[in-house]
Amino acid sequence: MFKRYVAAAAGAIAMIASAASAATITGAGATFPAPVYAKWAEAYKAQTGTALNYQAIGSGGGIKQITASTVDFGATDKPLKPDDLATAGLVMFPTVIGGVVPVMNLPGVRAGQIKLTGAQLADIYRGVIKRWNDPLIAKTNAGVALPNLPITVVHRSDGSGTSFVFTSYLSMKAAHWASEVGANDSVKWPTGLGGKGNDGVAAMVKQTEGAIGYVEYAYAKQNSMTYALMQNKAGKFVTPQAANFRAAAANAKWSSAPGFYLLLLDQPGADAWPITAATFILVHAKQEDAAKGREVLSFFDWAYKNGDAAAASLDYVPLPADVKILIRASWKKVVGPDGKPVYH
Amino acid sequence: MTAAIESHEAAPARTAKGAVFDRTFEALCFGAATLLLTALGGLIVSLAIGGWPAFAKFGPRFFISSDWDPVQEVYGASGAIVGTLVSSALALLFALPLALGVAIFLVELCPVRLRRPIGTAVELLAGIPSIVYGMWGLFVFAPWFAHNVQLPIMTAAPPGSIWETITSGVPNGAGILAASLILAIMILPFIAATLRELLLTIPPAVRESAYGLGSNTFEVIRKVSLPYIRTGAVGAIMLGLGRALGETMAVTFIIGNSHGFPTSIFASGATIASTIANEFAEATGELHTASLIALGLVLFVITFAVLALARLMIGRQVNS
Repeated sequence: MFKRYVAAAAGAIAMIASAASAATITGAGATFPAPVYAKWAEAYKAQTGTALNYQAIGSGGGIKQITASTVDFGATDKPLKPDDLATAGLVMFPTVIGGVVPVMNLPGVRAGQIKLTGAQLADIYRGVIKRWNDPLIAKTNAGVALPNLPITVVHRSDGSGTSFVFTSYLSMKAAHWASEVGANDSVKWPTGLGGKGNDGVAAMVKQTEGAIGYVEYAYAKQNSMTYALMQNKAGKFVTPQAANFRAAAANAKWSSAPGFYLLLLDQPGADAWPITAATFILVHAKQEDAAKGREVLSFFDWAYKNGDAAAASLDYVPLPADVKILIRASWKKVVGPDGKPVYH
Repeated sequence: MTAAIESHEAAPARTAKGAVFDRTFEALCFGAATLLLTALGGLIVSLAIGGWPAFAKFGPRFFISSDWDPVQEVYGASGAIVGTLVSSALALLFALPLALGVAIFLVELCPVRLRRPIGTAVELLAGIPSIVYGMWGLFVFAPWFAHNVQLPIMTAAPPGSIWETITSGVPNGAGILAASLILAIMILPFIAATLRELLLTIPPAVRESAYGLGSNTFEVIRKVSLPYIRTGAVGAIMLGLGRALGETMAVTFIIGNSHGFPTSIFASGATIASTIANEFAEATGELHTASLIALGLVLFVITFAVLALARLMIGRQVNS
């Protein structure tokens, strides 16, 4: 009997010892970047032995968990304002870029044939433009045979960073939208149907002639959906593709955005896709365990160096090199109990 | 009797051990039962505490208003409450005749050879995960429903009539009616199985005397079997209703998810459960979270009331 206890105790000690040598970083939050974090984690563990345990519980959950310090980092699609970061004692930085793409189901209309402006999109989602052959849509689509179909608006029913980015864009481009609806991860939609997740929106769009919806870029691309060209700040109608998301990120003024609070909406540049957004990581500015803080930042440092190909293969857009330099510089703000930066 | 006492005396050690064992066993069972009760009580209390900010802020407006606006932080639950009640009631309306037919057929009419396969098939329906119903509903049922049910009804409605108003909507098959039909399929096995059990409780003599008086099958079922199980049947219906009220995933997929009062049977709506499933993960504001928890409490109270009523009805049937 005694022998068995000794064996069990020895086993437990061995387990604790091995846990200490192979550390685990825990994170929780946004579902949108979860596939790329998982892919990075796999490669990182193979190289360094440090495991990442990421729970895709949604941005809201991610913010709550990092505020309560139950995880080492939180992840959110909806950036926190600099004031909120300061109050919560958090540091925020972006990891990858994605975009939101309007998709449609119009008989006889191919991907990229329809051109829309932000104001038109807002009027469609407000229920003001009700038919596809409305003169307001025809204005930017000379030469396209617009069908006489009622427009069915499809939006996300679940609270989502995608909706946040989309409604932020509409708020930016249309004063009516900003005052009547506003921007959030779930809003009071003036009209239309709600689909659960990207696939719910896509299914409803595919099943309804005359429907318009919005999905994440990766989803639109992988499912070859009929997308619209959007007018950007330079007045050009651009295609939703990786290079154009990168253009939006490259032209953005990151250096003048405190806490990287930046929505990459309607950025300057001839190629910039107007509905682009980054997804973010949150860590505590004051780390109780300096070694742990260093491990978290080392993981993202490694991801910035080695993770671009993996991100691109999953149709995320990696950050421009100069933004990565800015982010590394911002990590000086993450300090240990002794007040010294944990990462150098 | 004496033999039993003797055998007890023959093994005193074992009896003492048995008594200890018995007491431990009782304590364990008592613990299990009270643990469950405590958990239930704790659940209600934590829902009430979590939802309190919403109740305190909006008061009765939380139940009356259908304005659900996360941007302005204004929350009114009446749209979701009405959506829940309407979709469940419609589901019951569709499921009940079918379930009754299934139960009567299985008990009174079915050839013995078919009894097991049909019974098993109905029970299998109950085992299908609700997410599967949701996906099937969205990808298979909704397009079929839009094309073969919704469009013909919408085009047949005379313009300007009341029919046009209550059948207006987007012809893609997602809405209150489609959700109710999916719900009906989901609750059918529960109602059918309970009704079958109830029909089996009728003493054969009762039924046989009715036949002996010269009644035909329909008359026996209508005048003897159904009145006999009446109260219990109401309980069975309530059980189905309880399940329909709380169903989440399947409804979320197909109800169209828009807040506010549904204006037609094809309109999209939302239920309490679908609203919570949709918004809880990303709810960041304190009031948003509180309102969703408050919604949970409302659903809990509605379901609890329905189940308590069912208990009462079934209990009365068993006693009588």
